[in-house]
Amino acid sequence: MSKSLIYRFGSLIGAFVVIAIIILTTGRSPFTVIGTMLDGAFGNGEQLARVLVTLIPLLLCTAGVIYTFNAGLYNIAVEGQIVVGAVFATWTLRLFEESVKSADLPSGLAIFIAILAGAVGGMLWGVLLGVINVYGRVNEIFAGVGLNFMATGLAIYLVFGPWKRPGVASMSGTQPFDESIWLSSLGNTELSPVGLLVALLGLIVTIILISRTHYGLRLRAVGNNLRAAFILGIPATRQLFSAFAICGILAGLAGALQVLAVFHRLIPSISSNLGFLSLLVAMLITYNPVFILPVAFFFAALNIGALRLPSELKLESALAGVIQGILVLFVLLGRGLSQRYAKKQG
Amino acid sequence: MRVELKHIHKRFGAVHANNDVSLVVEAGTIHGLLGENGAGKSTLVKMLTGFYSRDSGEILLDGKRVDVRTPIDGVRSGVGMLHQDPLDFSALTVLENFQARSRFTPSSGTSAQDLAKLAQQFNFKLDPNELVGNLTVGERQQLELLRLLSLGVRTLILDEPTTGISASQKTQLFNAMHTLASQGKSVIFVSHKLEDVEEVCNYATVMRRGQVMGSMPVKKGDPYLSGQLVDLMFGHELALPNKPVTARPEVGLHLKKVLFKSDNLSVTINDLQIQRGEVIGLAGLEGSGQRPFILACAGVEAPVAGQIYINNKDLTHQPYKQYLDNGVCYVPADRLREGLVAGLSIQDHMAIRNPAPGMFLDQNDMNAKAKAAIAHFNIRGTPNSKVERLSGGNQQRTQIALMPATLNLLLMEHPTRGLDIESVLWIWKQLIERCQQGTTILFASADLDEIMEYSDRVIVFSGGNASAPIPASHLSASKLGEMIGGKF
Repeated sequence: MSKSLIYRFGSLIGAFVVIAIIILTTGRSPFTVIGTMLDGAFGNGEQLARVLVTLIPLLLCTAGVIYTFNAGLYNIAVEGQIVVGAVFATWTLRLFEESVKSADLPSGLAIFIAILAGAVGGMLWGVLLGVINVYGRVNEIFAGVGLNFMATGLAIYLVFGPWKRPGVASMSGTQPFDESIWLSSLGNTELSPVGLLVALLGLIVTIILISRTHYGLRLRAVGNNLRAAFILGIPATRQLFSAFAICGILAGLAGALQVLAVFHRLIPSISSNLGFLSLLVAMLITYNPVFILPVAFFFAALNIGALRLPSELKLESALAGVIQGILVLFVLLGRGLSQRYAKKQG
Repeated sequence: MRVELKHIHKRFGAVHANNDVSLVVEAGTIHGLLGENGAGKSTLVKMLTGFYSRDSGEILLDGKRVDVRTPIDGVRSGVGMLHQDPLDFSALTVLENFQARSRFTPSSGTSAQDLAKLAQQFNFKLDPNELVGNLTVGERQQLELLRLLSLGVRTLILDEPTTGISASQKTQLFNAMHTLASQGKSVIFVSHKLEDVEEVCNYATVMRRGQVMGSMPVKKGDPYLSGQLVDLMFGHELALPNKPVTARPEVGLHLKKVLFKSDNLSVTINDLQIQRGEVIGLAGLEGSGQRPFILACAGVEAPVAGQIYINNKDLTHQPYKQYLDNGVCYVPADRLREGLVAGLSIQDHMAIRNPAPGMFLDQNDMNAKAKAAIAHFNIRGTPNSKVERLSGGNQQRTQIALMPATLNLLLMEHPTRGLDIESVLWIWKQLIERCQQGTTILFASADLDEIMEYSDRVIVFSGGNASAPIPASHLSASKLGEMIGGKF
């Protein structure tokens, strides 16, 4: 056990060293950079709110991929599921916008239905992946790449085609919705209390389902050994589909919330790579849902804090992604080494 | 080419796969290498071809000592191997596969001529433009044989080449082997089929448990030969039947005109009735058809045709769940690949097999059930022990602890493989208790002693043929050995 801990801590230290070296090559002090990022993430209430705005979709998507990871699936399609969720939500809002403006439909109800529609859209995209994977025998990663391209293509088509804003269509998205169907936010930030509540709820349900129920146990059994799980009597196919579907629902919710609370319209890059980031978070926490909140929060803070880098230090904000990537790589490396070399102690 | 192996040793961990093996194959002969699965035949020829490296010993080719370290070394020194599943590229054509033989690929025209010339010599008919993925196993063998010859191979090793090919392809293959021998090449024919060895070989060497048991010339029509070979392959007095009578008059399992298929085999069973409480041993070399038989009876993989009745209930084409609900249980041989979920603990397994009501896991209930099982089945472990950390014997005890309380039909593969004698006795005590409660047991085993000792009747599988069930008391070691070798 001790040897395994050495590898794990060693790998973290290795990650910090490499990150420091990379920063040093830019001619800045690592401490200045960290200070700037900390200030950028937590400097004032508004900055913190922006961290939480990023945290909401990240929490939902990470909770989602926890199901598929536990089922032994590498669900990179989560990115596209966010987009499809956003498309479904936008579509619903477009249908209801006039009725809400003319007060035929309460705005709360319209928003509620739009969130549900997002969840349904994500779920359909997830189940489609399940069909391709389970019945078509296509690796879920390959199918996921294809579905992600399709989802992005769909969003771009809608933004530039049927849903283009009056006048000139542009990458900046569809015509913003009427404020009556925005999800309300705190002060002049984009932080929606309802969104945060939905995300935390999704997280809690996930923690309970995965670690406290028969469903979660069966999912882990299927993920660890599909064949043995089937022979022990677990309906393995149903279990796989449920994981695909639930992940889709959570990612779809994230997409709907991005539309309703953050962008108030459909933009081509609505998913902002948060799906991919959620995969990194999931890998970092060994699929154990209890650690989602702290790690996702840390990653969201890195993302927002790094936005301060260009103006203060003339550094690219993509440094956040470099730091996240290095952390995950080193932690996986440490885990691999500890499994390989610490196992012999039995 | 004359091949001489001297004092070859090879260990895989604790297993002594080849223990002081010496063998001479003269040029111009066909030499049969016989033995059960795991006897060490494949290990030996893989060292000769460079797929494995030997621990110690010498290899001499035409009297010259050679050091074969990689398959390329093997081919360069003139030794080529035709694998049971030919090592070819299914997405490429016949000609492209044939060309994949040298560093500087000759032009297609030259290659096509070479291929046609060689094929004609052996009377093989191969379309150079056909995709290898569309060929039969027999045709792929022919292609691989030609490719090896074009590389200048002077000693050809064939590993179980007669499995999964048609009768006419077998004749063609045997003719080709004779042609090669007449050209002064040597052929090593690895097989567990007595008939084939008797038909085609000049010499036969028998291996058992990593050692050479004996070598003898093969004379056509020698009436004593097969008896001698069987004695060498299995040659020991078998245990005597030692099992109380547990069979009941009712029929527990009934198969009607059932056809099972696996990769290369198809097994037909016309009418088989097994009584409740009876124990049926499935004898035969691994891969002779026992596994598809067991999987079909367990409902895991449906047979191609026919009907399956369990306790007079028709379960044909029912989903696996129906079989489970009707008290059918399958206990696989490969515990960590099929039987248990590595990464989960004993109590997790208890909760999967026998969950407490409600959607939430009941830790106390899981723990109590696991503790009870650990005490009752004498498992060395705790409720939280991950199954992959348990010893083989304790994994097997865990599998038995996971069997449902109501059990009508139990299907087991190698129930005691790799276990210490105490665990073996304990496990059979448990199994016989189940029979006394009316459970029907079918088990496959490579251990003939186990088959004789615990079966009421025995079904012998050989190359996809299944014998009628024979009472264990009517069987002798030589009879059983002959049937396993393919003589029914």
